Amino acid sequence: MTRQRKAVALISGGLDSLLAAKVIQQQGIHVEGINFFTGFCVEGHTHAIRQKDRARPKRNNALWVAEQLGIKLHIIDIVEEYKDIVFNPKHGYGANLNPCLDCKIFMVKKAQEWMAENDFDFIITGEVVGQRPMSQRKDTMPVVARDSGAADRLVRPLSGQNLPATLPEREGWISRDRLYGFNGRSRKPQMALAEEFGLKDYAQPAGGCCFLTDAQYSVKLADLWRARGEKQYEMDDIMLLKVGRHLRPRPHFKVIISREEGEGNFLQGYRKQFVSLLTTSHAGPLALLDGAVNDDDIALAARLVARYSQGKQEDLVELTVTGLDGRQQQLSVKPLGADEIPQEWYI
Amino acid sequence: MKPVIVDARRLLCPMPVIRVQNRVKELPPGTRVEAICTDPGALNDIPAWCRINGHKLIETRTEDNEYIIVVEVGEDS
Ligand code: SF4
Repeated sequence: MTRQRKAVALISGGLDSLLAAKVIQQQGIHVEGINFFTGFCVEGHTHAIRQKDRARPKRNNALWVAEQLGIKLHIIDIVEEYKDIVFNPKHGYGANLNPCLDCKIFMVKKAQEWMAENDFDFIITGEVVGQRPMSQRKDTMPVVARDSGAADRLVRPLSGQNLPATLPEREGWISRDRLYGFNGRSRKPQMALAEEFGLKDYAQPAGGCCFLTDAQYSVKLADLWRARGEKQYEMDDIMLLKVGRHLRPRPHFKVIISREEGEGNFLQGYRKQFVSLLTTSHAGPLALLDGAVNDDDIALAARLVARYSQGKQEDLVELTVTGLDGRQQQLSVKPLGADEIPQEWYI
Repeated sequence: MKPVIVDARRLLCPMPVIRVQNRVKELPPGTRVEAICTDPGALNDIPAWCRINGHKLIETRTEDNEYIIVVEVGEDS
């Protein structure tokens, strides 16, 4: 009896990886999914934090895709190892701080390790030649196969007919004729295939699969690195970059100001790690100060935070300052005027 | 038997799922795991994860601002 062949599919939660896995499943291959959590993944974080959205939480798209396919999904935390990819991408960054090519190589390499450990035969991705400017080009797709070590055990079912034959094709585990020859940026072939498969309601991420393709997010991350004098981040840092207004009044500290109640509640959870400010005489935001601050810095930050409270037109606004040791003091400050907040402070 | 507790408070999706997944991997079938979460997304995600990976969802409940999800480890895990 021939052995049941098994493939591990990289599942991002988008349409392409869903289709790719489905195409291979239909060729009688046992497919399981793998999804990598880098910390930057576009998931419902802002959604989970913001008050108005909490009542209708978002689904996790990778889980949803796995359920559509009826396959197991293994979610793997690569947050620590992934840092090196973000700090030193051998192939550089894309339009923002997205190291797409190195990222793809890394993920396929991890999938290859998983494949070997779990006795699977090959790897599937939803990559399409010419779809993305950096990682999905005719000349970079072979680089992913080569540098990840997956070599000819990496199958891209949506573009397979445009690429050299892989081991599963040569061995007859899958048929090349039943792969596709998609090419270029158009999404139409994918949408048509989805229709053919009877799939509706799938996710279509616009820019990419993670926050690093987001221009504003990348500016905030670059600012963090500049302020710290080195490329570094912890999980808390990259979470906080998704929350609140960020202003940097002085090079050595920034102020994170909640924009609504849900964000305020979320920032509350960080009060032991940061000096925090809360307006008491008027309704207002909770703010965290990131950086080593002195009394003058706190006074300036307090005036800034007061500006975002209901008392912004008043002569004086009162705030409670909570230090890292939990000690509290009261401050009474004049809110900054609109013209006293230079544009450069906004990150 | 008391359930195994997974404290996933303050973690955002998909970390609560990862915590449950990694704990479940070490446990024999039939064991119950109780995940305590603050991200309401866990109410969708952990049950979905159970369905696709062959584990049994026992109950979900909300206490104050926390979401408790009880899972029983499946046979084929
Ligand atoms: S968009 Fe993000 S997750 Fe996707 S390949 Fe690029 S760096 Fe990796």
